[in-house]
Amino acid sequence: MKDMIYLTDVVTLELFEETCNGCGMCLKVCPHDVFELSGKKAHIIRRDYCMECGACALNCPVNAITVNSGVGCAAGIINGLLNNTEPSCGCSDSNSSCC
Amino acid sequence: MKSYCNGSISISDTTVPVVLTNLRFKDYLGAAMVRWGISRNNFRVEPGLYAVGTPDDSSDIFVTANYKLSFDHVRKNLYGIDGWILVLDTKGVNVWCAAGKGTFSTKELVKRIKIVSLDKVVKHRRIILPQLGATGVAAHKIKEETGFNVHYGPVRASDIQKFVSNGYRADKEMRKVTFNLSDRIKLIPNDFMYGKFYLLGAMLVIFLISGLSNDGISYKNFSDEGLPSILNILFAYMSGIIITPVLLPYIPARQFSIKGFYTGLLVFLILFFVDFTGDNLVEKTSWFFIMTAISSFLAMNFTGSSTYTSLSGVKKEMKISLPLQISFAIIGVVLQIIGKLI
Repeated sequence: MKDMIYLTDVVTLELFEETCNGCGMCLKVCPHDVFELSGKKAHIIRRDYCMECGACALNCPVNAITVNSGVGCAAGIINGLLNNTEPSCGCSDSNSSCC
Repeated sequence: MKSYCNGSISISDTTVPVVLTNLRFKDYLGAAMVRWGISRNNFRVEPGLYAVGTPDDSSDIFVTANYKLSFDHVRKNLYGIDGWILVLDTKGVNVWCAAGKGTFSTKELVKRIKIVSLDKVVKHRRIILPQLGATGVAAHKIKEETGFNVHYGPVRASDIQKFVSNGYRADKEMRKVTFNLSDRIKLIPNDFMYGKFYLLGAMLVIFLISGLSNDGISYKNFSDEGLPSILNILFAYMSGIIITPVLLPYIPARQFSIKGFYTGLLVFLILFFVDFTGDNLVEKTSWFFIMTAISSFLAMNFTGSSTYTSLSGVKKEMKISLPLQISFAIIGVVLQIIGKLI
């Protein structure tokens, strides 16, 4: 099946290619095949498929990737607005669970 | 002894429970219940080290969360393998959500590796993490702090055996998250239960309004109009919670709130043509607003269950759709009251 795509031109993902050491870790952790490796550098090839999970930025050993990561979840954003906090699932206290 | 355990083995002065790789009726029953939100907060296993088969100091280590559904997926798919399972304390939350929340984390993995003295259990320095754990774990920091090399395995536990036999390499398909019909359907019960207070609240409001008429409030109105009104709310709820997720890729528009608007409109039109939307035009119009508002709002909440929506995207969508949904709901309720009084 074709990959599903959400809104275009909205994602905050940035890759600084001059800093990139070409280790390829971002390709391994990305769940939506956003990167490719060529010429010993990673490149963003499917930006609009990015869901801002933040795995690439966290696992980049040279900090060449930035992304404003978080849960793409309307209920979480509403919770954040109501409680004046960062967006989070409605059940993030340590004794309960969700998702 | 836990139902998933079968004895224990001793290695470097510690005793490690051995787990079964075949699930029992009790495991399936628990999984079915937790999908409906029953005893969801207690569906967890004790964090720590477990053995599968008869592992030794050269066997692979597979890391997972202490949500029992995650743990069961892993042990089931390790059938025939001699290995170790390292269970992190994620407060009973699955790998991906826990990684997002920060419990499936670098800190927890480092801590758990030290607690179970993993460096004494195995001679090699290779641990296999589920790929979706990468949202919470920095592989290079694990190496720095414990000496262990993190290998990100496949997204789905069912690909573990293939990943291992490929020489710890996952192909493109193993690395991609999907959102097939079966994935979406599995999430419906939980979302249905999650929104139950919205549903009951809306049903109560509409039931109270159904008692009104130009003669005032009467018991007869409640008994004649109450049930149809409550059913209309239920249909709108199902439009957002069931129809939208099932038809998700086929409904036009990228925004989930617009998808939910369309399905709500469709359900409204069907009810309109079978004459299920009230006596006069004002009442009929009010159902258009109420049903599309409910369906759109619930469909928007499905962004949290989906596997491809970004925080920036959902924020952008909500900025426009949330005020509209609220306005539609208010207009709908006001028209509903007016429709009853004329």
